[in-house]
Amino acid sequence: MVKTLKDVKPGETVTIVKYHHCGDIELRRHLLGMGFVKGTKVHVKKVAPFGDPIEMSIRGCDVCLRKEEAENIEVI
Amino acid sequence: MKKLIVGLAGNPNVGKTTVFNQLTGMHQHVGNWPGKTVERAEGYFNHGDYEYQIVDLPGNYALSAHSIEEIVSRDFIVDDDSDVIVNVVDAANIERNLYLTVQMMELGANMILALNMNDFAKRREHFINIDLMSELLGFPIIEINAKKKEGIEELLNTVEKQAANPINTSEKLAYGAELKEHLEDLQELIEKDDELLDVPSIWTAVKLLEKDSIVIQKVQQSSISSEIMVEVDKVSKHLYDIYNEGSEEVIANARYAFIDGLIAEAVEKPEVEKPTISDKIDRILTNRILAIPIFLVVMWVMFQIVFTLGSPMQEFINAVFTQWGEMAAAAIPNPYIASFVQKGLFCGVGGVLTFLPIIFLMFLCLSFLEDCGYLARAAFTLDLVMHKLVGLHGKAFIPMILGFGCGVPAVMATRTMEHESDRILAMMLIPFMSCTARLPIYAIFTAAFFPDNAGTMLLVMYLLGIIVALIIAALLKRTLFKGMSAPFVMELPTYKLPSVKGILIHTWEKVKGFIKKAATIILAAVVIIWVLSIFPLGVAYGSQQSILGMIGSAVAPIFAPLGFGTWQAAVAIIAGLLAKEAIVGTLGTLGGLDEDDEEGITSLVHDTFTPLSAFSFMAFSLLYIPCIAVLGVIKQETGTFKWPVLMTAITLVTAYVVTFLVYNIGTLMGFG
Ligand SMILES: Nc1nc2c(ncn2[C@@H]2O[C@H](COP(=O)(O)OP(=O)(O)O)[C@@H](O)[C@H]2O)c(=O)[nH]1
Ligand SMILES: [Mg+2]
Repeated sequence: MVKTLKDVKPGETVTIVKYHHCGDIELRRHLLGMGFVKGTKVHVKKVAPFGDPIEMSIRGCDVCLRKEEAENIEVI
Repeated sequence: MKKLIVGLAGNPNVGKTTVFNQLTGMHQHVGNWPGKTVERAEGYFNHGDYEYQIVDLPGNYALSAHSIEEIVSRDFIVDDDSDVIVNVVDAANIERNLYLTVQMMELGANMILALNMNDFAKRREHFINIDLMSELLGFPIIEINAKKKEGIEELLNTVEKQAANPINTSEKLAYGAELKEHLEDLQELIEKDDELLDVPSIWTAVKLLEKDSIVIQKVQQSSISSEIMVEVDKVSKHLYDIYNEGSEEVIANARYAFIDGLIAEAVEKPEVEKPTISDKIDRILTNRILAIPIFLVVMWVMFQIVFTLGSPMQEFINAVFTQWGEMAAAAIPNPYIASFVQKGLFCGVGGVLTFLPIIFLMFLCLSFLEDCGYLARAAFTLDLVMHKLVGLHGKAFIPMILGFGCGVPAVMATRTMEHESDRILAMMLIPFMSCTARLPIYAIFTAAFFPDNAGTMLLVMYLLGIIVALIIAALLKRTLFKGMSAPFVMELPTYKLPSVKGILIHTWEKVKGFIKKAATIILAAVVIIWVLSIFPLGVAYGSQQSILGMIGSAVAPIFAPLGFGTWQAAVAIIAGLLAKEAIVGTLGTLGGLDEDDEEGITSLVHDTFTPLSAFSFMAFSLLYIPCIAVLGVIKQETGTFKWPVLMTAITLVTAYVVTFLVYNIGTLMGFG
């Protein structure tokens, strides 16, 4: 099974591999703008108290994503 | 004096507005971009020989065609006669900030980079070689501290120099060999049509590959559009074959590759970042267990400040204007003029001014929470609830909570959400949050019919409002707002100490906006109701013989299936448009009582309603058109009459349908 950003545990650091092309194109544009491009390292920091969204640090900024959005990003 | 038009562009939270306030002080005008619900702040000042007009552009991460804020920004750079663009950049987050810079370079914007937040960069041990970076980018970089007003003079001098000698910033942009080659082919083709050369050809080429709908539309007007589009398709396919990625991704990668190159050469930073102060604060504020209690406490404090502190001021203003109105009326011999002065002018102006304390207090709290960085954390904590329940952004929580106090500040609070669709959907739901102006209605009707279950009835009303809001949200999401849902992707900015000056200026601008825009609508409504109540001349004010009474009698049958088909009830509902608490007073005066004779009104209600029709009347009062002030402030915030008109329609239909069901099902079940 491929691993997506949604499955990453807090404290882990992963690298972005690619986007799933079924994902929403608007969302992909937005994420690209925030620095979610191939080869970028993402450090997952924490999960919100209710279990969603997820907070992560990318290129020195803290960003949060909903799981349904993180699911479209494949990582290793 | 020479005129200079300068735009401030940059990511959200980098200090654009702080620079703007430092430059313009109180000489600013906050309105909307023409026909958009996006705020436009414009300011004026003089410096040396120059008369500046400066525009605080919306905070953006990119310049694509899919968000109104981004379109507004890029149109400003391309179309408006801006002389210089000042790109405010957060030095501690320079990598991500430069992504927008690079896109403005594609546009060839005559740009200067104002490097801000250097205190944070130093604390994180990031060192930027400004001279080298500036040389690599091909335009000036000025180090500033927006909060302490440092470097601003140098920034202005550079702006003036560069206005005289514009720089085409697209020149130093360099994408990888493969992409560059294909872009050049495309550019060569685009350059054949002069009509397309109002922007650098690299911008058009890049945007075509990104499938930017606006640029595609523009190119389709060109005489060689088919040739260009064929080439675009060819290049996209070719790029996909090489990189196995869509052309948008290839371009984003290329931009970041360019940025990574700049960073590698000109920025020095530690291998492993040490935990920042923000991380430490977040260990508590977004802690699994503490986050929600902390949020509740913050909201409670905010609610107390706005309403517990604001309400006495509101009542005071009301009392003063009522008294002044009476005094003025007593001094005027002509009874009609006296009535106009008292019930039109003083009531109207007083009605507008009563909102000022709560709007002022609300913006103080909200600006503080937003500027310090807590608002984003609250949204992070509660997004799941808002999103799953209503399909709204986590930040919609605050307007909804404020809605239980008063809809006017609540509507204004929606502006913390970045996307228009989130903002408008939240506005549409606010009227269903039972505001404090509905309390007098519940008080009288429960006292008349349900004295032993007053608390339960109150709870039922609040819940009814929330449940209806959830249903309306679900309906709107599937119809009008279909597909408009914006991605959540939200930055959690570093915690900062907000500047008092910034908060005060922002609050003052909002209060001023309310007085100027919403106030006219409220005043007009008060005067219209006065006219309807006093004509034809000679009848008792607001009686059955007045125009208002006649309208009431005419529409009363419409309310009959809801259980309250009397002309008095209809008139009270119309009067309630001004402010819902007026419903109770109007019922009183129409029954020949004093408008604040609570006992009298309670027994009047007891005699003219049944328990079921009383419940039905309460439900209708809760759900129908919030009040003119809320409609006015929605017009002010969205800049068009479309949304207040739609809200009127939605709330009227909802109120009618729900109340109809309540009354008729109640009757069938034998509660009649
Ligand atoms: N420490 C520090 N804070 C700053 C600086 N510039 C702005 N701020 C603060 O950063 C916050 C966000 O600034 P603002 O101007 O609203 O950002 P905008 O979203 O780009 O308009 C405010 O609380 C400012 O007081 C700076 O150079 N240093
Ligand atoms: Mg701002």
